[in-house]
Amino acid sequence: MNYDQLRAFARDIRANIVDCIGSLGVGHIGGCLSIADVLAVLYGKHMRYDPENPKMEGRDRLICSKGHAGPAVYAVLAEKGFFPKSELATLNRGGTHLPSHCDMNKTPGVDMTAGSLGQGFSCAVGAAIGSKLKKDGATIYCIIGDGESQEGQIWEAGMYAGSHKLDNLIVFTDYNKLQLDGTIEEINDLAPLADKWRAFNFAVWDIDGNDVEAIDKAVSEARALEGKPKMIILNTVKGKGVSFVEAAKVGSHSMNINAEQRAEALKEIRGE
Amino acid sequence: MELNEKTLMRDVLVEFLRERITSDDVTMVLDADLAKCAGTIALEKEFPERALNVGIAEANMAGIAAGLSSYGFKPFITSFGPFASRRIADQAMISICYAKQNVKIVGTDPGIAAELNGGTHMPFEDVAIYRSIPDILIYEPTDVVEFAEALPQIADYPYPVYIRMHRKNPPIVHPADFKFDLKKAHALKEGKDVTIVASGLMVSTALDAAKELEADGISAEVICSPTIKPIDAETICASAKKTGAVVTAENHNVIGALRSAVAEALVENTPVPLESVGVKEKFGEVGKVPYLRKAFNLEVCDVVAAAKKVISRK
Repeated sequence: MNYDQLRAFARDIRANIVDCIGSLGVGHIGGCLSIADVLAVLYGKHMRYDPENPKMEGRDRLICSKGHAGPAVYAVLAEKGFFPKSELATLNRGGTHLPSHCDMNKTPGVDMTAGSLGQGFSCAVGAAIGSKLKKDGATIYCIIGDGESQEGQIWEAGMYAGSHKLDNLIVFTDYNKLQLDGTIEEINDLAPLADKWRAFNFAVWDIDGNDVEAIDKAVSEARALEGKPKMIILNTVKGKGVSFVEAAKVGSHSMNINAEQRAEALKEIRGE
Repeated sequence: MELNEKTLMRDVLVEFLRERITSDDVTMVLDADLAKCAGTIALEKEFPERALNVGIAEANMAGIAAGLSSYGFKPFITSFGPFASRRIADQAMISICYAKQNVKIVGTDPGIAAELNGGTHMPFEDVAIYRSIPDILIYEPTDVVEFAEALPQIADYPYPVYIRMHRKNPPIVHPADFKFDLKKAHALKEGKDVTIVASGLMVSTALDAAKELEADGISAEVICSPTIKPIDAETICASAKKTGAVVTAENHNVIGALRSAVAEALVENTPVPLESVGVKEKFGEVGKVPYLRKAFNLEVCDVVAAAKKVISRK
């Protein structure tokens, strides 16, 4: 995909997120919309996968450690045909394949269960070790949250990845600067985040996380670099692409979306 | 390997892992800076790619193991009991059990076996923590003979297993040709007046208590129940039906482990009087095993007294 196509793909993902959460009327919309662009770049250009064979040997894997962004992952998987788009409307309904938090045993294409914060990163480290043992050439991608980075396990996992030079591991921090109870800065600040990850022996990119061009460039460089794990800090806007969600700021972590707002959001995303 | 009274339980584990790592492509072992204690340090030298030391980060170890399992590997993770249970309770619950990852968790030095490491390292709660998590099987080896029989079954069990492993050499109570079924409790001594259900190092204590009871004219049946979840309700209830009274004996808090599992089975199937020997509302402390047995009422005399009391309640 070229950049125009990636931008269009990101719009489709955002529309699916709004549909998915809007159909239920409530959900973690802010932190889903903020990662739509990185998902577009990964699934639109960089990752090797097969929707017909979600467990394909040697596939690249995405572990969304900030598991509450499940609807964003479902949005891209549905767009790529892992399951019918109509299933997006089953989010969090009893018996659904699409629970609020990512579940590898329920959703085709989800590579690891996550939701208890900090844990997915360790699982991604395990997968990266596994890939090296099997010499399958896969890249393990992992998305962590900025609030999630207040969990000690994130730094346990990062220390091991840096110490053991897991260069098949590319991690993204969704640095939208907001968490459930307030801003990251006022609650437990991560700054200087890039310096922290450099100190943990990661190669670090600190970029506009809602710019597909910048993301693509960083991922391309990260894939080519050997000898270190990679951290791409995505400076994002929580709720990106939908004005009233962006304006909700801290309130966008989990918010109600009524039918009118859903329609308004879809119009805005489509540029109508 | 030849098994005798001097064989250490940890050496049985290490030999089994060595054999599996040599013969398959998937068995792994992960340690968190206690590999010298578990004996698995030898494997790190022999198989540096398959035996990893993640440092003092048990939560990360559990997560890495889950990630390796998602990649088709079969990891064993080891630490002292408290750090292999309460320290990683959430990782074991979510990344391993809920995610249906095939990880075997080895928690060493159960209960008073922690001895000089004392209260911070003396798990009386590990089984209770794991009992409330779906799918996981909980096994506390009795002796090296049974453990050697159990390990292949554990490795081939398609769900997570918590192994509450004594590192040293508890008394051997099984014959050399003992055949073990991981999901079955078994009678080590038959009797008719009272059933003593025991696990771990309380099994040999229960056998000694049965001898003392015999001298007093009381015929005790001793059931060895190394697998605490799922509990073998059939065997235990059949014995309870015969004797009409049950004593449980465990090196663990009486809340949430063997006593609870046996009591639940009895109440639902064969209600009979029950008395228990185990740790009652106490934290661990330092000391050698003889002192700790006295401090926590885990001696032969405690089992004898419980047996006589429960018989009086028939």
